[in-house]
Formats: sequence, C-alpha cells, structure tokens
Amino acid sequence: MNVHIKNGRLIDPKNKTDAQQDVFIAERRIVAIGKAPQDFVAERVIDASGLIVMPGLVDVAARLREPGYEYKATLESEMTAAVAGGVTSLSCPPDTDPPLDEPGLVEMLKHRARSLNQARVFPIGALTYGLKGAELTEMIELTDAGCKAFSQADAPLTDTRVLMRAMQYAATFGYRVWLRPQDCFLAKNGVAHDGEVATRLGLPPIPTVAETIALSTMLQLARETGAILHICRISSAAGVEMVRAAKQQGLAVTCDVSMNHIHLTEMDIGFFDSNCHLSPPLRSQRDREALRVGLLDGTIDAICSNHSPVDDDAKQLPFAEAEAGATGLELLLPLVLKWAEQGKVPLLEALSRVTINPAQMLGQKVGHLSIGAHADICIFNPKTSWKVEPAALKSQGKNTPFNGYEMQGRVCYTLLDGQVVYQSAA
Amino acid sequence: MKNPQLNKNGELQHLLTTEGLPVAIVRDILDKATVFLDAAEGREIKKFPLLHGKSVFNLFFEDSTRTRTTFEIAAKRLSADVVNLNIGSSSTNKGETLLDTVNNLCAMHADMFIVRHSQSGAAHLIARNVAPDVHVINAGDGRHAHPTQALLDMFTIRHYKKEFHNLRVAIVGDVLHSRVARSQIHALTTLGVPEVRVIAPKTLLPAMVEHLGVQVYCNMEQGLKDVDVVMMLRLQNERMLGALLPSAQEYFKHYGLTQERLALAKQDAIVMHPGPMNRGVEIDSSVADGTHSVILPQVTFGIAVRMAVMSMLAGAKV
Repeated sequence: MNVHIKNGRLIDPKNKTDAQQDVFIAERRIVAIGKAPQDFVAERVIDASGLIVMPGLVDVAARLREPGYEYKATLESEMTAAVAGGVTSLSCPPDTDPPLDEPGLVEMLKHRARSLNQARVFPIGALTYGLKGAELTEMIELTDAGCKAFSQADAPLTDTRVLMRAMQYAATFGYRVWLRPQDCFLAKNGVAHDGEVATRLGLPPIPTVAETIALSTMLQLARETGAILHICRISSAAGVEMVRAAKQQGLAVTCDVSMNHIHLTEMDIGFFDSNCHLSPPLRSQRDREALRVGLLDGTIDAICSNHSPVDDDAKQLPFAEAEAGATGLELLLPLVLKWAEQGKVPLLEALSRVTINPAQMLGQKVGHLSIGAHADICIFNPKTSWKVEPAALKSQGKNTPFNGYEMQGRVCYTLLDGQVVYQSAA
Repeated sequence: MKNPQLNKNGELQHLLTTEGLPVAIVRDILDKATVFLDAAEGREIKKFPLLHGKSVFNLFFEDSTRTRTTFEIAAKRLSADVVNLNIGSSSTNKGETLLDTVNNLCAMHADMFIVRHSQSGAAHLIARNVAPDVHVINAGDGRHAHPTQALLDMFTIRHYKKEFHNLRVAIVGDVLHSRVARSQIHALTTLGVPEVRVIAPKTLLPAMVEHLGVQVYCNMEQGLKDVDVVMMLRLQNERMLGALLPSAQEYFKHYGLTQERLALAKQDAIVMHPGPMNRGVEIDSSVADGTHSVILPQVTFGIAVRMAVMSMLAGAKV
C-alpha cells in the first residue's frame, strides 16, 4: 500500500533530520522524503499536521513473558501495548520459562510474533543453559534461529571462568554479549538501594558495589576476550563513571538505562510502594543525576522500558516479597519526552536514545527513516496531555510507579512495514 | 502522599511506626498510659470497659510470646474480645496470601489487628487494605518498626528521667536488623532527645544510619561515656552465620554490657532491654539484674502503653 504522511515534523536522528517533511511509503519501505516520487499515487494519506513523525521506537528490554508466564502477559497483549507506545522493534530477555536456550523456542517465539504482525521481535538468547551459569548454549544454532545477542538476563553468573569462556566463544563468532552487572552475593536477598530509604524502612539492601564489582569484571573480560559487550540497566553514578572511563580508553562497549531510573529515586518507594520494587533498585538522587549526565554525554547509549509485566497478586505483597518489575512499553516515549523537556535536550538528540542507538546495539537496520528503510514509523502528538491510568493500559501488566502521573505526548499512529498497526481512538 | 497512620483529622488511625508520628500524639499516648498504670495500681479489678464489644485479632505471622501476651492482656483489660492467631511463617506456603488472611478476618468483623510479620512493610500493606473503621497496630514488621516497644521505652525513660531534652541515650547492638532500634531512634528524636548514639561494629550498622539523627560509635567504651540511658538490643544467634560476627564470645568481649563498662555511663544511668535477653552475649547477668536495670518495669509499662494505644485508636476518652 502506498502511504503519504503529510505536513508532519519529521525527526529522524540517524539522518539528523528535524524539519517539516512529507514521507512517502511504497512496498513497505520509505521511498521518498520531502517530495513525492514520480507517479506516486497515495492509497492512504495520513495528515500529520501538528504531529511528530519519527522512526518506530526500538526497545532493548521488553519482557513478553512467553513462554511460561502467560498469566502475567501474553504476546498478544504486550505486542498491542508495544505498538500503542509507538514501539516497532523490541528485544526480549531470555528469562522465560523455559529460558530461550533452544533454537526451537526461539523459532516458536519468532513465529508467534510474526503471525501477530505488530512489532518486530529480536530475541536475546540465553548465554548459558537454563540461565544456570554453567554450560554454554549453542550460540551458532540460536543465532541461526534468530537470536541477536546473548544474555543471562537477571540470572547470576557466579563462575567467572564460565563468564570468560562464554565471552570468548561469543567473540569467536562476533556475537554480542549483553550483561546486567550485579554481584549476586552482594545483592543477595536485597530489594532496595543501600541508602537512607532502605535503612529507614528496614528493607534488605543492595549496595552500589554490587553493580560496580560485577561491572569491573565484565569490562576487564571484554578487554581480554574482545567480546562485543553491552551493559544492561546501569543504575549507579559509580557505574556510569566506569563505563565512561572504559569508553575513553577505547573499549567498544555500549550501555543502556531503564526509563524508571532516569525519573525515579529510592525516595519514590515512599511508604513501601511495591510498584517501585524494581531490578536494579531505584538509587539515590545523585545516581539519577549521574545517569542523566551519562545519557547526555553518550556514556549511556540507549533508554529502554525494561518492561516487565507483573500480575497484581505478585505485587499485593509486602515490599520485599513482591515481584520486581513494572509495565513500561506504553510509557517509554512520554518518559523520554519528559526527560528531554526537563533536561532541555533537543528532540533529535533525545529520540536517538530510543531509535538508532538501540538499533545499532542489536545490529539491525531499523530505527531510522532513510530511503529504502523499513517503513516502521511512530507518529505522535507532542501536545496531548494524558494521565497514566493502569486500567487504560493495553499491557496485561498494570503495575507502574508512574500511576497517576501526567504525561505529555501520545502516539497517534504506529506503522510497521508501511501498514498502520495502531491508530489512537481520538 | 497521605500519612498512612493518621486520619484526615490528623488523629491516630493506625499505629505503624514512630517515624513521623506527631509529638502531641506521642505525649498523649504516654499520658494515657500513666492513667492506666496509676489506675491499675492497687485496684482489685484491673478491667476498663473501653473496648467492650470490640474484637481484637492478634495476627502473628512470626513467633512471639512476650509481645503477643502483653497485647492480649492489654486488650482484655480494656474488655475487648481477643482472638489469637499464630499463623507462623509457613502460612504463605499454604497458599493464602497475607491480604486474603486479613480479608477473611475482616469478614468476621474484626475491629483491630495487632500484626507481627517477618517482612518490612507488612503492617502498612494491611492498613492500606482494610475498611476505614478497622485499626492496625504494628507489633513488629521485619527490620522496619516496632512502635509500641519504642513507646513503652519512652514511657520508661520518662518515668525515670522525667524529661527528654537533657538526655544522652545510647542504643547498643544489632541496629542493622533491629526494628526496635529504628523505632526507638525516631521516638527519641521526636521527643527532643539532643544526643542519640548507636554503638555497634560496622557489620551491624545499616548504611547512612547517621541520617536518622544519631551519632555512630564503634567503640563501646567511648559510646557509653556519660550517657543517661543505655538501650540494649537483642543479638540473634543466626548473625554468626551470615559472617556478620565471628562469635558470641568475641561480641560480648567488645560490646557486652558489663558492670565495668556501665560505670562509664552517668551514675544514675538506666539500662533497658526489649527482651528476650541473651545473658552473657549482649548483657552480663550482674547488669541485667542490677540496680540500674529497669528491664522488668519495662514489661509492666508495656501493658499500660498498649492499653493507651488501643483505647486511643478506638477513639475512647480516658
């Protein structure tokens, strides 16, 4: 179908475009920007007057909960949430049940996702069998099945020798290794940042050194093995500083942060709000500011939703017993916009953190609107104010620390391969 | 965010923590407790009809003898009907969630819950989910709070020292795991005690504890110097397992309260302990049973303080 998106403000970070430009789509791809190609006949015209047209968002951490946790969320519910949030590409961590450690599971997931035809799913394979941290998975097979990187998700990998070998093996074939830095001994039983709030509330703490010690190991092993390392969900000022130093020394490492951590701190736990039970834990004000600085100076490459739908029963428990996680796909764009507004970050710059940068981490040709690219597009109204009401979220996970927050910016259309896969009611 | 333990008129709706409790309410509880204590002295019948017809549920998810018993006695002296439920920590294994348990009891028309739970925040969770005419008293949640213990400690201090504004108080022991210590610290600072000290090895102190308004001492002798009140904490035996301490012997040698160490405090210092004591681990028997010890009066006062809290929650005039 030929689509003409007219009168919108086109923001495409990869091509450094921020201007009023029309977009022309044919055969699922972008065929022209600005002027219509000769003989172009639009079958559908989308009037984007007053709206912003951008590449569909790329979210590097969205748990879809399939297979195994369908009572928390299903592919149907979460893909609907993704496109309602303008997300057209997402990668899912391997911590399903069973974990994504077999090519068959990956193929099944890809097949299910394709049949829903809403957003592209880029699975992250398990680095070790069962995420148990002992035996390597068949990374070549898994890559052939569609895995774009390998990870332990939040599962610990205590044996440093296994970690080193996993990174060596991945480096042999140029595979990406995504690791979340957390020393499992220092973080054992912990549920909150080891600071004033955890002390006041008597919550078992997770110290900052749990992040930095694991991070130090990972960075050193990346240097040693030559593995392409991506650091997931950095949460502390000290961690940001270590990644900054590593990048300055020329290490090819990338890094992401969750949207929760650039907006919230340990203080938001308030009176034991289990919606703020997140992993990694919300840290101090100082850490939040350092994360924002890191995002601006390029130390942190991407912002992700860390979408982790949790069922109500698992949240209606005392704080430490409640399951960590929050829904996020539908809040990613407005929270990036909020960060941009608060930090006076130009949109062209800010939106690169959820488009081209994460796409590069995945090594995928998405997240931009060059001629010939997939027509994965998000069109949003930057002026629409709305209030986060859990019941109105499409995700099956209704738990979010942003419950009741005022957001600005709402998705009007989402296109995948040139087809409208979401259109807002208004 | 609304203060979860006050109603919209600023009156006590639940007692969940001493943190953020208005000083007027704290004083009111202590004053009411005095009335109950005086009234009980030399009275043949110790009962008051203030909670007559009310159902008080002792909901203990964690073992306790003393606290549960004193709450039971307090409720009975106020003429309430008391139901004791020792659910133990295994209840969650049976599949019923905390809120399901509470909802079931609410359906039995409970008026007040006395809750003890191993998880910090459990009492807050219950308080958030009960009907507006149901009251919750936190009888200890994880490491977070044990407000009635702290209030009875304040009552004890006031009983012996009269004032708070001129005191130097030391809290000694496992502050890291202690809900009692946290509640004591908030209560002491609320009542205007100018100098609160905590004394412990670094493994038993939580991060940034000084932000609670205390001075940190790792040396017992220095910490006890010239204090008016010594508040000992119980040291749980399992602390040796988590590599927090090498042995009970070494702990006693450096942090145990002995006569010699107590001599560093003021001459008229009082020694308190929330119980149950580990003699020879955190406190020497000669101190526990000595002239400075007010450990047994603490227990007596505890009943009066709990009566005061319950009657206040029930809205009764004393």
